[in-house]
Amino acid sequence: MVNLAKTLVVVSLTVLLSACDFKLFDPKGPIAEGQMDLLIISALVMLIVVIPVTIMGVWFPIRYRKNNTKQEYKPDWEHSNVIEAIVWTIPILIIIALGIITYTTSYSMDPRKPIESDKEPMVVQVVAMDWKWLFIYPEHEIATVNEMAIPVDRPIEFLVTSDTVMNSFFIPRLGSQIYAMSGMENRVHLMASEEGTYEGLSANYSGFGFSGMRFKAIATSEVGFDEWVKKVKSSANPLDEATLKQLRVKSRDVKPIHYSSVNPLLFSEIIEQYAGALDGQ
Amino acid sequence: MSTELSAPPADYTGYVEKEQHHDYGGDTVFGFWIYVLSDVILFATLFAVFAVLGGNYAGTPELKDLVELDYVLKGTALLLFSSFTFGIAILEANKGNIKGLFSWLGATWVLGAGFLAMEINEFIHFTEAGAAAWSSGAWSAFYALTGTHGLHVLAGLIWLIVLVFLIQKEGLTENNKVRLMCLSLFWHFLDIIWVCVFSVVYLMGVL
Amino acid sequence: MASNYTLVTDPHPLYGKLTLDSFPYHDPVLVTTFAAVVIGSIGILGAITYFGKWKYLWKEWFTTVDHKKIGIMYIITSLIMLIRGFSDALLMRSQQAMAVASESGAGYLPPEHYDQIFTAHGVIMIFFVAMPFIVGLMNIIVPLQIGARDVAFPFLNSLSFWLFVVGALLINVSLFVGEFAATGWLAYPPLSGVDYSPWVGVDYWLWSLQISGIGTLLTGVNFVVTILRMRAPGMTLMKMPVFTWTSFCANGLIVVAFPILTVTLTLLTLDRYMGTHFFTSDMGGNQMMYVNLIWAWGHPEVYILILPAFGIFSEITATFSRKRLFGYTSLIWATVVIMLLSFVVWLHHFFTMGAGASVNAFFGIATMVIAIPTGVKLFNWLFTMYKGRVEYTSPMWWTVAFFLTFSIGGMTGVMLAIPAANYVLHNSLFLVAHFHNVIIGGALFGYFAGLTYWFPKATGFKLDETLGKWACGFWTVGFFLAFMPLYVLGFMGMTRRLNYYDNPVWNDWLMVAGLGAVIILFGILTQFYQIFASIRDHKKNRDLTGDPWDARTLEWTTSSPPPFYNFAKIPHVRDRDHFHDLKKYGLAHKRPESYERIHMPKNTWAGIVISGFSLVMGFAMVWHIWWMAIAGTLGMLVSWIVYAFERKKDYYVEVAEIEAIEEKRYGKLKKGQELERTGQQPGKDGAADDAVAISI
Repeated sequence: MVNLAKTLVVVSLTVLLSACDFKLFDPKGPIAEGQMDLLIISALVMLIVVIPVTIMGVWFPIRYRKNNTKQEYKPDWEHSNVIEAIVWTIPILIIIALGIITYTTSYSMDPRKPIESDKEPMVVQVVAMDWKWLFIYPEHEIATVNEMAIPVDRPIEFLVTSDTVMNSFFIPRLGSQIYAMSGMENRVHLMASEEGTYEGLSANYSGFGFSGMRFKAIATSEVGFDEWVKKVKSSANPLDEATLKQLRVKSRDVKPIHYSSVNPLLFSEIIEQYAGALDGQ
Repeated sequence: MSTELSAPPADYTGYVEKEQHHDYGGDTVFGFWIYVLSDVILFATLFAVFAVLGGNYAGTPELKDLVELDYVLKGTALLLFSSFTFGIAILEANKGNIKGLFSWLGATWVLGAGFLAMEINEFIHFTEAGAAAWSSGAWSAFYALTGTHGLHVLAGLIWLIVLVFLIQKEGLTENNKVRLMCLSLFWHFLDIIWVCVFSVVYLMGVL
Repeated sequence: MASNYTLVTDPHPLYGKLTLDSFPYHDPVLVTTFAAVVIGSIGILGAITYFGKWKYLWKEWFTTVDHKKIGIMYIITSLIMLIRGFSDALLMRSQQAMAVASESGAGYLPPEHYDQIFTAHGVIMIFFVAMPFIVGLMNIIVPLQIGARDVAFPFLNSLSFWLFVVGALLINVSLFVGEFAATGWLAYPPLSGVDYSPWVGVDYWLWSLQISGIGTLLTGVNFVVTILRMRAPGMTLMKMPVFTWTSFCANGLIVVAFPILTVTLTLLTLDRYMGTHFFTSDMGGNQMMYVNLIWAWGHPEVYILILPAFGIFSEITATFSRKRLFGYTSLIWATVVIMLLSFVVWLHHFFTMGAGASVNAFFGIATMVIAIPTGVKLFNWLFTMYKGRVEYTSPMWWTVAFFLTFSIGGMTGVMLAIPAANYVLHNSLFLVAHFHNVIIGGALFGYFAGLTYWFPKATGFKLDETLGKWACGFWTVGFFLAFMPLYVLGFMGMTRRLNYYDNPVWNDWLMVAGLGAVIILFGILTQFYQIFASIRDHKKNRDLTGDPWDARTLEWTTSSPPPFYNFAKIPHVRDRDHFHDLKKYGLAHKRPESYERIHMPKNTWAGIVISGFSLVMGFAMVWHIWWMAIAGTLGMLVSWIVYAFERKKDYYVEVAEIEAIEEKRYGKLKKGQELERTGQQPGKDGAADDAVAISI
């Protein structure tokens, strides 16, 4: 009996633990939360059709099987206005419902749309490199690689670009990803509502070192964040020209690096080196 | 609702008693139309590419500084006129006048080749002025669009030679008439494309 | 892989970039595979020589313009490529099942190798398995269904096939000479540009797709003309069998979509070879334009694959429900609507690129709208079974398996189409699960159903039914095990194309997915055994009447296999279930009193020779061997011109020959009907007709 209870606890714990691993169903911010609801609602709405179709797909061939001669057999029956009307109307109604949801959420969850909050948004600049992420904090004039921190409950405006091929900046527990492309500035607004360290990654294949392009996203209190900034500043490791040059060399599975200072214009310079040519400058 | 077909008439056998002659030439011409449709998509894509990249000179010389509209107009005139001569060639073919057909086809060829030569000359001139296909996005798009048209003209010229030899050898057979039809379609199509190129690339680029 | 080789930046005038280093002699796995391939090929070629079959192959197959034989060759090639593509899948599944680690080096495949494998897997499965499979089925069936004697342009058909073979060859050559692209199957620049992928992998990708893509384009033109102009008298558009209708839509899509692919590939080629700036990240190039262009082709491509499968399910459901198809008209309109909509949804492949909310909303809703006609189709098939007499043959098994899987794929597709949801699902394993769900559960199951259904028509004997059902069972179970975990992993935030990962929870699910892949392997092995066993037992499975399933549409009026001219007398149609109509009024197999001579195209060397030169050209271009590329191009041009000058490309089959063939056919038919009446299997006593059954 005790053994059984133990097993039950272990099993349910395992299930719970692995359930926690459903990053998309364990949101840590308002955007991700909205997206979770959206996934669930859209799936439920569509089940209105999918379930009957599946049942009919099993039931009809069984009920109208060849040997079941008791059932009515209408070999020339090929049209019914009623059925046609129903099979067109139901999908249309469902798609109208989903279309309305799609339309509203496209605006309400637009990555470019600032998150409403009484706090000022903080800007974090993100650069995809071969094969690591560079984060620049223009306000604090610090930079990090493969690790970033954000204060909880404060909207963050991520400005995203690439110093190499296309990548996609993504922290599943916080929501929306966005492509990182050279010569272009993309932006995504995210916010963490709970403290913790969340996994971040590149969601778009970018070459041999792609699998290791992961970073830690630390969501912490304002105090914790200030301490983190202090810690980074104290690293006595400025991101100067020479260091940057080194950083641009291809490398894999890069451990987090802290840079105590950074050229606050670095982000736009990285964009300019590609985009400058675009404008003919 | 069920559909029950009534019993067929007594003479219905399910097959055709006497076969009609199938119009193979018609198939070919129709097929060629479908091919031309796909070619329209091909050029449409290139126009779209030009629309996207057309302004991205990235510091390289711009089209409006290099192009001489008079020169392009002359080339355009050659090509337009070649469509006209092809039209007369077809009229001659309909009359069965092979000699007339050949001389007008010859004129078409010379005009087409003249256009192509002028285009190549222009390309060389641009490239020397620092506007090569590899200079910038805008120029890549320019050469892709005009060059693809030029390649089509070249293909048309080769085809023309082959067709003349075919007609020489076999005479104006049904087959060769169909081929002539297709080539003329192709040639007029290239003309229309060029008018679009001229308006979109040259006129809109310069004015 | 690439890192193992020295990069040749200055091609040699004679050998181009080709050096001894280009051959992977240092990789034991590849050397072994290569040795096996060489020994196997020598064995096959030796056997052909030994049995003196070269002339037969050349005359009956390589130079053939017969749409049925070309179709069979397409499907054989497709099944061979399925082995290659599925091996890649097994390699990936096993790598991911092993590779739990926080740093690279886990599993047994380094990224340099693994990344080529997932690229090759995608390219092969789409271009060299799915495409030839469905083009092959269309080749065999469409002319038969419309009562034609061949396609409109038989020579172009042969050329299309051989160009496709060249594409398939090039991609296989890349396994042993050089490398393949490691860019993902659509090779987004700048990664596929010369700065980031400097070696030959992407060039192989470009040229193999370019050459086979041009073949596909020709196929599209050919079938559009065939279907529009060569239908039997009486077959109006709304009396066409559904498979022909869906094939028509698919080929229409080919004609409109493939030129976009041609241009996109050409521009990327120019970027790599001439240093132009179409898709580069500097000097005015625009990488986003590539993504737009490739998907402007890519999305219609998906419908090119799946629409004909919908047609197959329609034919099969009606036949085995012993009933007219429910809602033919709305099914056709649904198909046409899907065809048109497929051109206004391409942006849903990259909502995360950062377009504005209104653009994303438009493309999201446009995508969802496609779910309406698709849903209608599902209901039409279901109501075809309603009040029918459903017979559980193996084609029907595949169809029911499709009903069960496809609606899930459709549902997840709509979820992905909601931009705001897409922001978290994009590029995840959820996406991977979705498109495998629709391509396997939708398209591939349809192709297998079609293969089983029409196999007797093409060869004269049926595939083993029991083994077919086993294969379907393995595939269905394997499919659910292999791909449902991927949906789950998508929710866990696992992205696609990972070489390793550090989350042990993922590993459990990936193990299940790996198990699923193994079960699918059993399915494939069963299918190959099924084909083998059915050929072995072909006497038992023989189809003597030409109508083994009691089917409804026109293609079943002729014998199995049909004579090379398909129909001695062109059918005259008054109902879309033409054969059912004939049977109902006792007109089926009515023997005409007299025949007319038949006009047929002659075989030609030109298709295979021109394509052969295109192989030379493609290989030379990959390796920058300019003289050889010029030689190949000239070869293509000259052989085409020589072909143009050839006379007598057609001939007449004389009445005596037709009478002899038909005499045999009616003899066979009588025997078959007798056996059917007495409920016997066509057993040993039918031995006299062997020659007919084999001479497909």
